Amino acid sequence: MWGYKIITTNQIDYDKNNRAIRNKILALEPSLRICIACGACTATCTAGNLTPFNIRRMNVLLQRGEYDDLKSELGKCMLCGKCTLVCPRGVNLRNLILKTRETLLNDECHVL
Amino acid sequence: MYYDPFVLPFTLGLLLLLGYLLVKYGTWFWQLDAQDKKKIRYRLLTRRTLIALREIVAEGLIHRKIFKVNPRLGYMHMSLAFGWFLLIVVGAIEAHIFVKGSAPLYFPIFFRYFVPDQHHFFFSWGFAQLMDLLLLFVLSGLFMAFAKRFNAKTVGLKKTTKLKVVDKFVLTALWLIFPLRLLAESLTSGYHNSGGFLTGSLGAVFQYLFPTEPFIYPAWWAYSLSLGVFFVGLPFTRYMHIPTEMVLIFFRNWGLKLKVNNPVLKAVEIYSCPKCGICIDTCQLNELQNTTKSQSVYFIQRVRNAENYRELAENCLLCGRCESVCPVGIDLTALRLMHKTDFSENKKDQFAFVSERTNTADVIYFAGCMTHLTPTIKNSMEQIFKQAGENYWFMDKEQGACCGRPLKLAGQFQAASELVSLNRNMILQSGAHTLVTSCPICYKIFKEDYRLPLRVLHHSEYINELLVSKKIQVKKSTISVVYHDPCELGRGAAVYQAPRNALQFASNVIENGSSGQNSLCCGGSLANQSLSENNKQNIAHTTVHKLTDNNPELIATACPMCKKTLGAVSAVKVVDIAELVAKQMIVKPVHQKQKAVSVAEFA
Repeated sequence: MWGYKIITTNQIDYDKNNRAIRNKILALEPSLRICIACGACTATCTAGNLTPFNIRRMNVLLQRGEYDDLKSELGKCMLCGKCTLVCPRGVNLRNLILKTRETLLNDECHVL
Repeated sequence: MYYDPFVLPFTLGLLLLLGYLLVKYGTWFWQLDAQDKKKIRYRLLTRRTLIALREIVAEGLIHRKIFKVNPRLGYMHMSLAFGWFLLIVVGAIEAHIFVKGSAPLYFPIFFRYFVPDQHHFFFSWGFAQLMDLLLLFVLSGLFMAFAKRFNAKTVGLKKTTKLKVVDKFVLTALWLIFPLRLLAESLTSGYHNSGGFLTGSLGAVFQYLFPTEPFIYPAWWAYSLSLGVFFVGLPFTRYMHIPTEMVLIFFRNWGLKLKVNNPVLKAVEIYSCPKCGICIDTCQLNELQNTTKSQSVYFIQRVRNAENYRELAENCLLCGRCESVCPVGIDLTALRLMHKTDFSENKKDQFAFVSERTNTADVIYFAGCMTHLTPTIKNSMEQIFKQAGENYWFMDKEQGACCGRPLKLAGQFQAASELVSLNRNMILQSGAHTLVTSCPICYKIFKEDYRLPLRVLHHSEYINELLVSKKIQVKKSTISVVYHDPCELGRGAAVYQAPRNALQFASNVIENGSSGQNSLCCGGSLANQSLSENNKQNIAHTTVHKLTDNNPELIATACPMCKKTLGAVSAVKVVDIAELVAKQMIVKPVHQKQKAVSVAEFA
């Protein structure tokens, strides 16, 4: 009616997010902590060239503890390793993706 | 009848061992799949079996391959294996000549106890001297092995394997066998005034110093016990490699290959590892501090002992350096890769978003993901294609998918096969006769898994062909270039000569110590998941340092990944073969046919 509607909030409630999974992944691949979200990985991504897959977005979501579409999205990665090679901070993205996929797969029942 | 209770430890130990081996190998044979069994049936009575027998003598006894790598270490292994073997064979002949017929199993082993006096049968004096010589031969190797345990440098190794407790226990039993034999035979010879140059003289000295008689019997007991302990312990230690290596050599010669789903050949290869530790020194991860001991010998040890081997499976460059020096010829890289599948998700249908595009052409150019990060390589290749007047299709110019090998290197064989079939369809539909790729990683999977009915060439091979057939011509410069063999192209696919030939057309190639089979990994390996950026750079540093031994003006390589990794730390410029050739290429005016091609390409 009148062209208005109630939009869902963009607020991120860290208390609601299960950060244990994120912490577990960060323990497996600590180099993500130095990510500056510059997006070089996304710019070079082979899968990102074919689909709207966005590895930088995935990293941000993971750090926030939001895993909703993380698992299915990360499945698109072909592990070609370009992101790791271009990363100016030396984040081992290839291993991060592997470890994230695996952790989310194993921890499926624990996701809130 | 020759019998004494002290023969029991030896005899029982040997029978237990033979029984165990019979059951173990029987189970393995039974677990082989139908295809492998068929191979064995057809090839059992062919020349392959004879070749295998020859290999068993050359490698299992004489240790030819170790001699090639390190003569001192080769002598050590040969004296122990071949020396002991001859001691058994000559001893058996001697005993059978003496009894003129059959004797119990243990009789030749304890011949000097049962026949202590100097008898005069055929060649008896000669036998006594020969047996002493052989014993001395074995003891010399044993002395080296002993020294190696305390200081590996004495046999030319930097590091030797760290053994498990059970290995050390059985190792002690093995080491005691020969000194105890010497002792028992010397004491007996001293008392009976017989024996050859070694046992005879040593026995005479003993006899002069003290009455030997009371010590003879205990010495023979000790000798028999050490043999018995060694035989019983053998299946649970690295010495299982002695019988298993023979099985491996037969299997290999009959054409049996490692398979992901079949445990038999994996087990045979794992049990064939003697833990000699030759792989340790070749591993570049040694240079790094605080890394886990992930060298092949430790990896195999963990798999064999059913310990957690995940970290070790992932922390490996899969560069193949260890495989190229392994004296047993175990497929170390393939073996490790197959064990990676144990930890991977392995699901299919994740790449539905890759759309099939195709184009008709004579030659397909597949640059590879990494080549897109080094645009000069793909631009150079396009220049070369155009100059050669080739009707080509740049398959992954835009919207290209990955070849699948990186997934395979992470142990995800299923997902990789999905990309393989996607790309394969596109390649087949193009009707091309040749596929050229710039990336050795892609090249290896195209060659091994794609089963393509067309020629697959790495760009270095392709450029070499163009240069030889004069389809393109280059101006030779005087610049000195050292060639870095990429792991996947060199050890991985045995392409060594073509890149060097191509380079020689355009420049002056100089060689250094670490080239060909012995070349170093750049450190950028996709196989190693856990290596940090710092450590990758450390490896790259050492590689560049060794490559620039002879002060070349350029480092040339044939892999975009190597170029990137080495280029990041090198003071000497790193270029790809394609770039060098394109730069030196004599550009002819483009004629009519080529114009048509390039128009078609843009249409």
